Amino acid sequence: MAADYVIVGSGVAGIAAAEALRARAPGASITIVTEDADGFYSRPGLAYYLSGTIPEKQLFLRSQADLRNLGLRWVQARATQIDVVGHRLVLADGRNLTYDKLLIATGARAAAPDCPGGDLDGVFTLDTLGDAKRLVRKANNSDQAVVVGGGITALELAEGLHARGVNVHYLLRGARYWSNVLDAEESHLVEDHLRSDGVELHYHARVRQALGKKGKLIAVETDSGEQISCQILAVAIGTRPHLDLARAAGIKVDRGILTDAYLRTSAPDILAAGDVAQVYDERSGIASLDTLWPTARAHGEAAAATMSGAPAPYQRTAAMNVTLIANIPTTIIGALGSGSDEDLVAIARGDSESWRGAKPAWVIVEQHEVNRVRLMLGERTISGALVMGDQTLSRPLHRLIAAEADISPIRDALLADQHAMPQLIAAFADEWERSHAHNA
Amino acid sequence: MALTRRSIHFDLTRADVLASGHVQPDPSLCVQCGICSYNCPLGLDVRDYAWRGAPIFDGQCLTCGQCVARCPRGVLAFARTGMAQQVVPLRPNPKD
Ligand SMILES: Cc1cc2nc3c(=O)[nH]c(=O)nc-3n(C[C@H](O)[C@H](O)[C@H](O)COP(=O)(O)OP(=O)(O)OC[C@H]3O[C@@H](n4cnc5c(N)ncnc54)[C@H](O)[C@@H]3O)c2cc1C
Ligand code: SF4
Ligand code: SF4
Repeated sequence: MAADYVIVGSGVAGIAAAEALRARAPGASITIVTEDADGFYSRPGLAYYLSGTIPEKQLFLRSQADLRNLGLRWVQARATQIDVVGHRLVLADGRNLTYDKLLIATGARAAAPDCPGGDLDGVFTLDTLGDAKRLVRKANNSDQAVVVGGGITALELAEGLHARGVNVHYLLRGARYWSNVLDAEESHLVEDHLRSDGVELHYHARVRQALGKKGKLIAVETDSGEQISCQILAVAIGTRPHLDLARAAGIKVDRGILTDAYLRTSAPDILAAGDVAQVYDERSGIASLDTLWPTARAHGEAAAATMSGAPAPYQRTAAMNVTLIANIPTTIIGALGSGSDEDLVAIARGDSESWRGAKPAWVIVEQHEVNRVRLMLGERTISGALVMGDQTLSRPLHRLIAAEADISPIRDALLADQHAMPQLIAAFADEWERSHAHNA
Repeated sequence: MALTRRSIHFDLTRADVLASGHVQPDPSLCVQCGICSYNCPLGLDVRDYAWRGAPIFDGQCLTCGQCVARCPRGVLAFARTGMAQQVVPLRPNPKD
């Protein structure tokens, strides 16, 4: 009898798993259960929809016909319980679905605002297309917004609202932006760009409470007693995986649902993938969380392999994210900063915990106006890099870091002359590619 | 300013690419936002190439560079056809 696969979640982890399962098991029954009426769309793309760079319809990377052709059964409902022994998934509307293999790909949600008044009309987090549409509608008839939080999403909110013609106040709890990944110089570059775009930055500013009138936000009050009038308070203080289903079923969780390298949870025939999964890495011996789209996709594909009986471990690679931070192209590779960021209570979107695993290392900096390369040098390898502005070196650096290339031949030269760094890295990477081309 | 510098250089690389290059995506960076497809003057579904990691060998592609220039994630680059390893950087000299 054909296998019965059930996937909870229509994000990239769930859909990538469904596509991979269909390719491996043409006759299998595959069911997607999702509470999101909008189905599958590019979640990172929401930031570009907010800023008006793309229209809403551009967010959908699969057409209705594409999804139909996959032969999926699509169930729009919230999953509430798992009967682990009976292999049954229970839905909020009372329906039951039996499964042979169940994939939990429920993602993460933005942490709720942590101040009094956080439930007022006008307070936003950005998780779904529904959130983004509500925020765009609100922005179209608002003139002032306050943004709090850190990481890329907070910036995207600030820039997106600003692009919609709203005057934006960006409140930072500490002395600078994204202090656990960027160094002081990099933070200031970003802040300068934001300021020159017209965003007002407030440092050492915490929201004491959001103030409302008849349930509607009218201002925020900061720790210092200052009141900033606004119709929008947008909050991006980190994300939390949707753990309720797993917890209730007695599946082992830590910050996410714990899985082995094959995406298997502690319960039989139940797997987890994407933002919700805290996946064990055989090489480092650590289980970590990521909130990255390409990682979620890779998890989904690896989970499908396990579900269809051909397990292949998920191979963690050096985490890398390229994005525009305040319009400066920026690539973050491997382990960089350390410690915590006051503006975040949990891991930020477009973030990886591995970026904060930086061991003490030499820091080399090469800077030209907005062009900047920062390397974290270990004894024999480069453990992390940040490339701002000119992106020529980002791909070669990613290759060298991911492959843990032995850079001892140029290590002394790198330390001796920081200005020679770009040429040294470029030449070394070229040479390294040539000698490793046969393995590529 | 960064954009102007980028587009000037772009025209220079373009001439080269028109003769001998194609657009090569790196799927490990792509967030499937669709900005590339949205800006392709020929309506090619660049995003789908990026999902598959497939080079754009479509005869229709003008190598106009719109998708490369607008991708906010550095997914797309011009590569010399037949030399997959050699990526033509937008600005070859980081010190310029
Ligand atoms: C504004 C924003 C900016 C981002 N920027 C970046 C970036 O720059 N780079 C990057 O790599 N990543 C970024 N991300 C993160 C990226 O989008 C996620 O890592 C990715 O979407 C995770 O995919 P997923 O499938 O694990 O979860 P999700 O996409 O969150 O999907 C989870 C699915 O599960 C469903 N669901 C949850 N609980 C239930 C339930 N009980 N019953 C039924 N259905 C349920 C949800 O409705 C949803 O369909 C960003 C995200 C946001 C919101
Ligand atoms: S613009 Fe870039 S990130 Fe967005 S879908 Fe195209 S290739 Fe991917
Ligand atoms: S190079 Fe131009 S024509 Fe070719 S895919 Fe990109 S945008 Fe379209």
